[in-house]
Amino acid sequence: MTDTKSDPTADSVATTDASDLPDDVILRVNHLVKEFPITKGVFFRKQVGAVQAVSDISFEIKKGETLGLVGESGCGKSTTARSVLRLLQPTSGDVWFRLETEDEEIVNVATAKKDTMRQVRRNMQIVFQDPYASLNPRMTVATIIAEPLTVYGEGSKQERLDKVKDLLKVVGLSPEHANRYPHEFSGGQRQRIGVARALALNPSFMVLDEPVSALDVSIQAQVLNLMDDLQDEFDLTYLFIAHDLSVVRHISDRVAVMYLGKIVEMAGRDALYDRPMHPYTHALMSAVPIPDPHIESNRKRMLLEGDIPSPANPPPGCRFNTRCPKAVSGKCDVDEPEFKELEPGHWVACFFPEVEKVY
Amino acid sequence: MTEPLLEVDDLRTYFTTEEGIVRAVDGISFSMMPGQRLGVVGESGSGKSVTALSVMGLIEPPAGQIVTGRVMFKGRNLLELDEDELQSVRGGQIAMIFQDPMTALNPVYTIGDQLMETILLHQDVNRSEAREIAIQAIEDVHIPNAKAQMLDYPHQYSGGMRQRIMIAMGLSCNPDLLIADEPTTALDVTTQAQIMDLMLELAEERGTAVMLITHDLGVVAGFCNDLQVMYAGGIVESGTIDDIYYNPQHPYTWGLLESMTRLDDEQQHRLYSIPGSPPSVIDLPRGCRFRPRCGFATEICGQVLPALRPVGNPGQMAACHHAEELNLKELKADAAPTVEPAAATDSDLTDVDLDLQEADVEGIEAQRSAMDQVEGEEGSL
Repeated sequence: MTDTKSDPTADSVATTDASDLPDDVILRVNHLVKEFPITKGVFFRKQVGAVQAVSDISFEIKKGETLGLVGESGCGKSTTARSVLRLLQPTSGDVWFRLETEDEEIVNVATAKKDTMRQVRRNMQIVFQDPYASLNPRMTVATIIAEPLTVYGEGSKQERLDKVKDLLKVVGLSPEHANRYPHEFSGGQRQRIGVARALALNPSFMVLDEPVSALDVSIQAQVLNLMDDLQDEFDLTYLFIAHDLSVVRHISDRVAVMYLGKIVEMAGRDALYDRPMHPYTHALMSAVPIPDPHIESNRKRMLLEGDIPSPANPPPGCRFNTRCPKAVSGKCDVDEPEFKELEPGHWVACFFPEVEKVY
Repeated sequence: MTEPLLEVDDLRTYFTTEEGIVRAVDGISFSMMPGQRLGVVGESGSGKSVTALSVMGLIEPPAGQIVTGRVMFKGRNLLELDEDELQSVRGGQIAMIFQDPMTALNPVYTIGDQLMETILLHQDVNRSEAREIAIQAIEDVHIPNAKAQMLDYPHQYSGGMRQRIMIAMGLSCNPDLLIADEPTTALDVTTQAQIMDLMLELAEERGTAVMLITHDLGVVAGFCNDLQVMYAGGIVESGTIDDIYYNPQHPYTWGLLESMTRLDDEQQHRLYSIPGSPPSVIDLPRGCRFRPRCGFATEICGQVLPALRPVGNPGQMAACHHAEELNLKELKADAAPTVEPAAATDSDLTDVDLDLQEADVEGIEAQRSAMDQVEGEEGSL
């Protein structure tokens, strides 16, 4: 295998622009790193270390596609999402984003200047996990949904209100709801309000950060269906962050699995679920319960020992080696495995990749 | 035939609030045999946790009241015991594990102290014997180096480790019944698998009966023998897990199963979703509580609350007027009848004032300039 094959963005490493970005790619994340400082002292704060929440990850998202990003708490999936949107300033790396303007300008979100960022922000939106915390309880639904329009000075007041009513209908609420306050709504309805707000500026790309994990099962299905419909209707591209692998399988076209700040496996949806190759992916999938007693009683569970190590002090070599059943000492705890394309579109970072059946 | 371990009969637990009476649990009856693992499944507000709290005698008057019912445990009605008698049952014969292990453990006492407290309270032992039992309990939940762990504080543990300690505490007095209220909801999926595995191992080894309260039909499938589904304060279906997963009789159970995303689901078809949302437990609909969301509802459903009755496989029960006619087992999700969305309940709000408040706009402008400032600073970094 040549070097260019071992890095999903190898071609772009040398270049500082993204002129080679294929036409169908809307977002390219290139060697993204996000560190948080660890400080000590009360009066004389000094940095004594850093937590590398996201450590050198690269991926691309095609237009109209849904990339699912899964992992357990603390693996860096939300930090990745926030760095992509530059709600957090990336420590290093590039986030190339294709702006939906007439000349399809490609900008680096990680370093863009203020004026460009204003352009970027209206094209990239986010729906948050907790619909109880992400809506201001003192604002009416109309004000909440119209806020992005107000901020960007879109239309007259009347036009904004018409848009609010349209958006409410689009997300399955009724325009009469506009004058109410968030506390009058159930969790599922609040999440719809959050979605309407994200849609207000006609974005092309949306980050969905665990949008259904706070909802009851019967409501989850409603919101997932809504996200599906909106993607078709508005030609949206999604980065879908979740810890629930069965939800991710349902909604994604491609899936990336994260562990301790790194992507360990990335593939098309069916390839990943039918032919998972990384031992962590195996463990993660075999831990997901299936609502079917016969399958469940015949399944072989691959249980992981211990807990996820602290990202402030990641183990040397492969980050999964401390919990990996296949780890070979002298190899896995010394060298870091390369993220390689083992089958077309199927990337794995493991010295001993092997397809395993997990259900 | 052995005697049931727990028999709940027509239990009604109501809470008085400013908005009205919340009928959190409204007339449920069920029983558990020794060693049985029963799943209680429902969405938030269905009354599953209040059921557990009622059995444990943890409903605090005057806000909450057990209005009627009997909770027979080993031949004694728990609702008639005084606080002292109840205390000896609670923790000793019935133990409970809560959802959030951080709030359930006391941060200022060591793990050892907290474990020994339970043991000293319920068993006739001295401190050094209690210490031995506590160490054994920690070893039983597969935490290595138990002696040293006795001196640790809860904050030194991860969520999974804390939940192990809760299980150790719950099982340290060898209870006959363990009530686990969403024990893995706050945990990651790989930790969840570890904890469920551990609970299954210990429950089988000791013959402990477990009531597993959860919203996750996946967790139940691998752990329980029997299952009951709750909706808006009532049991709508009960039976063995095979009965319920492969031959559901109630439209709500069927809808729940159909609307779940599954890891082994290869088709990316549109999910079935139960229309609407659960009713407010203050203002329950007349008749069947699921009627406003049910595509099969007829006139009788709006008038008479269906009783839980035998239907489907032997031993299976469902509370639906039409259970026999529906043949839900064969029903495909895309063939399910739909419900007309309820007419806008706020039609009285004709004079809607959609105007943005000026104060809000000012607030937004202020935020906007603050954001610009932050961005400017970032740009200069």
